Order: sequence, then structure tokens, then C-alpha cells
Amino acid sequence: MAQFTLPANSKITDGKTYPAPAGAKRVKKFKIYRYDPDSGQTPRVDTYELDLDDCAPMILDALIKIKNEVDTTLTFRRSCREGICGSCSMNVDGTNTLACLKPIDEIEGDVKIYPLPHMPVIKDLVPDLSTPYAQLAAVEPWLQTDSPPPPDKERQQSPAEREKLDGLWECVLCFCCSTSCPSYWWNGDRYLGPAVLLQAYRWIADSRDEKTGERLDALEDPFRLYRCHTIMNCTKTCPKHLNPAKAIAEIKKMLVMRR
Amino acid sequence: MQTGGKAARPLSPHLQIYRPQITSILSILHRITGIALSVGTLMLTWWLLAAAAGPEQFATAHGFITSWFGWLLLFGWSVALFYHLANGIRHLAWDAGWGFELPQVYTTGYAVLAATVILTAIAWIAGLTMGG
Repeated sequence: MAQFTLPANSKITDGKTYPAPAGAKRVKKFKIYRYDPDSGQTPRVDTYELDLDDCAPMILDALIKIKNEVDTTLTFRRSCREGICGSCSMNVDGTNTLACLKPIDEIEGDVKIYPLPHMPVIKDLVPDLSTPYAQLAAVEPWLQTDSPPPPDKERQQSPAEREKLDGLWECVLCFCCSTSCPSYWWNGDRYLGPAVLLQAYRWIADSRDEKTGERLDALEDPFRLYRCHTIMNCTKTCPKHLNPAKAIAEIKKMLVMRR
Repeated sequence: MQTGGKAARPLSPHLQIYRPQITSILSILHRITGIALSVGTLMLTWWLLAAAAGPEQFATAHGFITSWFGWLLLFGWSVALFYHLANGIRHLAWDAGWGFELPQVYTTGYAVLAATVILTAIAWIAGLTMGG
């Protein structure tokens, strides 16, 4: 049964405020979720006031500025800062996105930043993603074949066959979509979630893969696949503008068609 | 485990902080109206059973349904019926693989809301003018 409230150890309290530097003209408040596993305290929300005239444009720029200049204890994942690595996924202004792709000036009022929703928190904005990673491994996201490879060339596919993978291969596994999905919140231990199902479909749709039947068998399950109720939060939130809901629908359709 | 153990980790906020949007709102409305329809069908069944049971029983049931609270329930039931019907058709289109692009999701979503209002209005106007 789904628990709609936060457990006692997860309740959020008000934290510290770090005021803007003197003389700041364009002040924006960043309200950021903080959790320190070594403190023995429950999570809190700290407020950081930044001068936007002295800050680069993206949410990730603000986080890096805070870490460099205001509070070095602030912890978050980031790497490429251009939407390719998928590290800085978090909940900004109420929806999941990559901090590096989200402009600060798109947000009215205070900027609220939380970790990806309904995940165990390791520290601050860093969630424990071991469950979705294990679910990804479970769909065996690699090319599988029975036939021997051609001796003198790679396995080929036509441009039309290759085109079917567009909108699938671009996924950076940030898990913004899975953690935006209420169904994944309530059944994340058994429902694979949109990100992993999109990956599953990426291999089902690949003309070179020869395990399509086995892949569909593995997904035909009331929980793994069919906890998707087409809520569409996944497609709405994807920072790469992909469509996990459509990929899931294609899997469901293939399961009906093969009967 | 003392610290760093999985069980000790807090759960990040979800419903508390996620922005309500047309995708999730229409989805939860579909479920709520589905439950409301099941409960409402019980009231309809009661009315029919009362009619079969005799004039006194029917008078009780009919009296309740035509009280202001009964009318309110009936109105809510009709809204739930037309919303669930319209959104059910939207779900059928999705199951057929159509309507997954975000602009389509918005368009069909608002169309479902408009259809709910229009169909409910037509049903009540027809019911109140044609009925005794």
C-alpha cells in the first residue's frame, strides 16, 4: 500500500539562511533541501540568497556558485554541465529536470530545489539510484543474438531500421522520468519505471537484436510493465524531450499484437 | 547498520513538492471518478430494488434521491460518468498508440474537460425539460 506522507525520519524542517552579499541588486532566493547523514538530524531546507548579476544563467551555475563561495558542504552530482551526462538530475521548481539545462530566469519567485522525488537520500541532492540501476541491468540493455556475426563486416541495418531508434538512444539515464511517476513512487520496487522501460524498448525496437520474444516475455507482468497507467508525467518532465510513455505504449501494443 | 545503511536514509519528498499538472491531475481524476461511479451505481441499484420492493420502500428511496442532497449526489455522479467516459476514450486512443505527443496530450486533456461540461449540461437540460 502506498504511503502518501513522509516517514518520521524524512520530515523537513526550516534550516539556515545565507543572506545576499551587501550591495546585491538582483537577489534571488534558492531554497535547497539539505540532509547530512552524519548529523543525526532530519532533513532541512536552507535558503541561499544570490545576486543574479553575479551568477551564470543556469540552476547548476547557481549550485556551483553556492558550493564555491557560500557553503562548501552543499552536495550534488554534476559532470558535463551540458545535458549529456545525466548527473545533475533533481527536482527544480516542482518538476524534475537537469540543473544544467534549466535557466534560472524561467522560475518565478523563490527557486526550490529537492532531490529526485521518493528516493532514499544519501546526502543533500544526491539520491541512492541503486534500485533503478539494478532494474536497468535486469532488462539486459545490450545487443543479443543467436546468429553468428558476419565474418567480414559489422551487423548492418537499413537507414529506416536505424531511424526507429531515434528518440530512444538519446536517453542519458538521469531518471527524471521514473522519479516523476506516481506509479513508480508507490510501486518502485516492482514496477520498472519509464526510464528502464524506454531502454527495454530501445533493444526490442533494434532490428539487429534477436531476443525480442524473450525481452517481451520478461516484461509481460502486472507490475514490471503494467503499472504504467499513462499518467504522462514522464514525457512531460523529460529534460531531453524524449517520450517514455510512447515507448511503453509500443511495448504494450506489441504484447497484444503477438497473441 | 548504524549510519549509511539504506534503512536509515530519509525518503526524498514526492507528493509534497511535485507540481500538480494536467497530466497527473486528469489521471487521478480518472481514478476518483471511477470509484465514484462504482459507489453511485449502488445508489442506482438501491433505487431500482426499492421500486421492486413496494410503494413504501420506493417512497423512501425516491424521497432521498429527490432531496437536495440526493440531487447533489446525482449531479456529481453524472459529472463523474461523463468525465470517465470521455477520458476513457482518450485512454483507448493511447492504447492504440495514438496521442502521446505533448501538444496532443494537452489538447485531448482539455477536450475531455470541455466534453464533460457539455455532456453534463445536455444531460441535465434534457432530463429536466423532458422529464415530468
